[in-house]
Amino acid sequence: MVTFTLNGKERSFDGDPDTPLLWVIRDFEKLTGTKYGCGVAQCGACTVHLDGMTRRSCITPISTVDGSEVITIEGIEGPEAKAVQAAWVAIDVPQCGYCQSGQIMSAVALLQVTPKPSDADIDGAMAGNLCRCATYHRIRQAIHNAADAMEG
Amino acid sequence: MTVQQISTTRRAFLAGSGLVIGLALVPRNMAAFASPSGIKAGGEDALTALNTFVKIGTDDTITVLSKHIEMGQGPFTGLATLVAEELDADWSQMRAVHSPADDKVYANLAFGLQGTGGSTSIANSYEQLRKAGATARAMLVAAAAEEWGVPAGEITVEKGRIKHAGSAKESGFGALTVKAAAQTPPENPVLKDPSKFVLIGQELPKLDTVGKTNGTAIYTLDITPDNVLVAVVAHPEHFGATVKSFDDSETLKVMGVVDVKQVPQGVAVYADNTFAALRGRANLKVEWDLSKAETRSSEELAADYAKQFAEKGLEATNNGDVDTAFKRDGLQTLEAELVFPFLAHAPMEPLDAVFIKAADGSLDVYNGAQFPAMDQMTAAKIIGIDPSKVRVNTQMTGGSFGRKAQFGSPYMQEAAGVFAATDGSRPLKHMWTREDDIRGGFYRPMYAHKMRGAIDADGKITAWEQVIVGQSIMGKADLDETSVEGASNLPYAIPNLRVTAHNTQLAVPPLWWRSVGHTHTGFAVETFVDELMQKVGKDPVEGRLALLTNEPRHTGTLKKVAEIADWGSKVPDGRSRGVAVVKSFGTYVAQIVELSLGDDGAPRVHKVWCAVDCGVAVNPNVIKAQMEGGIGYGLGAVLFDAVTLGKGGKIMQSNFHDYRSLRINEMPAVEVAIVASTEKPSGVGEPGVPPVGPAVANAWRRLTGSPVRTLPIVNVVTS
Repeated sequence: MVTFTLNGKERSFDGDPDTPLLWVIRDFEKLTGTKYGCGVAQCGACTVHLDGMTRRSCITPISTVDGSEVITIEGIEGPEAKAVQAAWVAIDVPQCGYCQSGQIMSAVALLQVTPKPSDADIDGAMAGNLCRCATYHRIRQAIHNAADAMEG
Repeated sequence: MTVQQISTTRRAFLAGSGLVIGLALVPRNMAAFASPSGIKAGGEDALTALNTFVKIGTDDTITVLSKHIEMGQGPFTGLATLVAEELDADWSQMRAVHSPADDKVYANLAFGLQGTGGSTSIANSYEQLRKAGATARAMLVAAAAEEWGVPAGEITVEKGRIKHAGSAKESGFGALTVKAAAQTPPENPVLKDPSKFVLIGQELPKLDTVGKTNGTAIYTLDITPDNVLVAVVAHPEHFGATVKSFDDSETLKVMGVVDVKQVPQGVAVYADNTFAALRGRANLKVEWDLSKAETRSSEELAADYAKQFAEKGLEATNNGDVDTAFKRDGLQTLEAELVFPFLAHAPMEPLDAVFIKAADGSLDVYNGAQFPAMDQMTAAKIIGIDPSKVRVNTQMTGGSFGRKAQFGSPYMQEAAGVFAATDGSRPLKHMWTREDDIRGGFYRPMYAHKMRGAIDADGKITAWEQVIVGQSIMGKADLDETSVEGASNLPYAIPNLRVTAHNTQLAVPPLWWRSVGHTHTGFAVETFVDELMQKVGKDPVEGRLALLTNEPRHTGTLKKVAEIADWGSKVPDGRSRGVAVVKSFGTYVAQIVELSLGDDGAPRVHKVWCAVDCGVAVNPNVIKAQMEGGIGYGLGAVLFDAVTLGKGGKIMQSNFHDYRSLRINEMPAVEVAIVASTEKPSGVGEPGVPPVGPAVANAWRRLTGSPVRTLPIVNVVTS
């Protein structure tokens, strides 16, 4: 039996301990904002926050999550999250949208650590998140805008 | 039916059936709607249908039924804009959902059946959806006139408010919608003169953005009914291979695996959850029969293709006298052979579908595909029920780039077959993994081009010969337009022009990939023109303009991009610029790329300037987004991507680690200018893609002296 908190709520899982966190979140908890894109930590669509750090949930066995705090796109809050989501909406970042939960989770984590990121900071933090629609141009702009909004 | 078996030509397909407006009918299958977990009920019942495209709620919300799937290119927003414009609605009232599947009522007027593709969503809907809005407006006005006892001609509508100045009466749409539905729709509603547009041409916020930033947007994979079975299929690593035998003993030991069955496409594993299905599949031992498989490697295919250059091909164009023209004195000539690899579309959401059987034996299918009615027919046939009992509930989909537009619905054949192999008592979710996607075929086919050209000292290209070898996407024995589009109809004034094609036969299923033939013809033509100009010292912009004598829109976009890039100004040391202009799907796009030699020896693209002429710009922000995205998508492909067949025909790539996608650190800055136009709108989903590859190759050749003859570029420069 694995116990953890998911978006602040205490949860437990007694299935196969090898089950990746991604499928526990999606299949068992039915929170579907966190996406499957590759299953091998190459695309970042499954990004969640695990004890405050970004984590690719598709390669994280649930057994390693025991006692941890998991935050998904549905549970993200705080000034960075608000600023990032508002910046995303303001310039219509998403196209198909499928990767954007993961993009936003990575962007929020970036701003939590680096409130005023440079382009190089953004590249470093976001290079693990693929977007096949290539909305990168706007992701970069939205992160800068969010940082500016938080400062102002 | 496979793509190869379809006899319809793309030309006939695109010619379509003209402007048929089916506004009065409300399709029969709009009423019933299952609501499994993941599907919002959405208050559909509270809406009144004024016609097949417009429903108005008593809360004043206006819901547009989009016949086109929202896969990121913006039809929800675009179609809603067209309706709202003529309805004189306020943008805040607008909503959009997918229409039911119906090849008649919801036909793409460019295709003659329901479908999204060919960058046609706005182009084919431009008048139809405006008429839908104008019709609904007229019915609301008639209802108001009746309600208030005033002449309809004295009633005005603005920002969602209906007013009669004389009697000081005023109403929203919602209070009148039921009465409006009872009015006789006008036969020929008058459309606004474009000078009166209020919403068309504005950068209205997209309707689907908010849900895509907070995790609430629902895609097919998110639909998780209670007690759902999850199924994956073990596929072969060779095209054309079939199951010889399999051993499922280790699979059945996996906790949560429910069943294993052979299906035509491989071996299906059914489980109580996704991980169990994946682990169960990993534990399968399948022996494949390769007797009908494609066993040639990509290298062998390239050699076979090159042999065809010398054979007589299918003639696409033969103007003037090419052979004589090449013999003239005083010409510079150039020859080149190019090889283009197979390309996977790799949309972020791989193929998937959910099946739920209702108590009355009817079936709800949830999926996100570009030909929904074809999927409906296919599912019905495979499952063995009447098509009228199959409701296709189109979902937003996580990208497609052409992958989910399949004649004959081969993916649905597999998914429905996997469902049909069960007793149907449990809902079923069928999904492809990324490995299935990368190895699944339906690629942009491999092509080889042989180019030969002659240019005089003044920069006039006097002769041009191009031979194109590759699979026919339409599965044709004769000339396939999609193989030669962009080459057979060169915009440049070249008096002696011959273009021929050879169709090759492979077990690798082909498909259109974002911008179809232009993915390779655009590259071949625009790099070859550029190289010819360089030979005689012509400026690539001025030289092109001199040859675009009868092409004002090519000229306009090329001049525009040169203007915003300040072409001719000093380029920073170590950097180089390249240009290309390609018309595709009726839209003209010119791009200028600035790059340098990266640390890894590959091109480092710093900036792309882009000018686009797509006629009336319905939503400039969406147009710019499609140019930005098209540039990133095309750039990733030319720099990094190839699906290759290794020795014996084995597919060599499997996931994003070896089928690279452009990442944010590789994305250039992009600046887009829209050329002002009053022409009818044309599409933007695809046309941003073709110019970026040749513009990169042109800048690269001018920087390094090395022309790019084989794609992707990294394979050449880093090997």
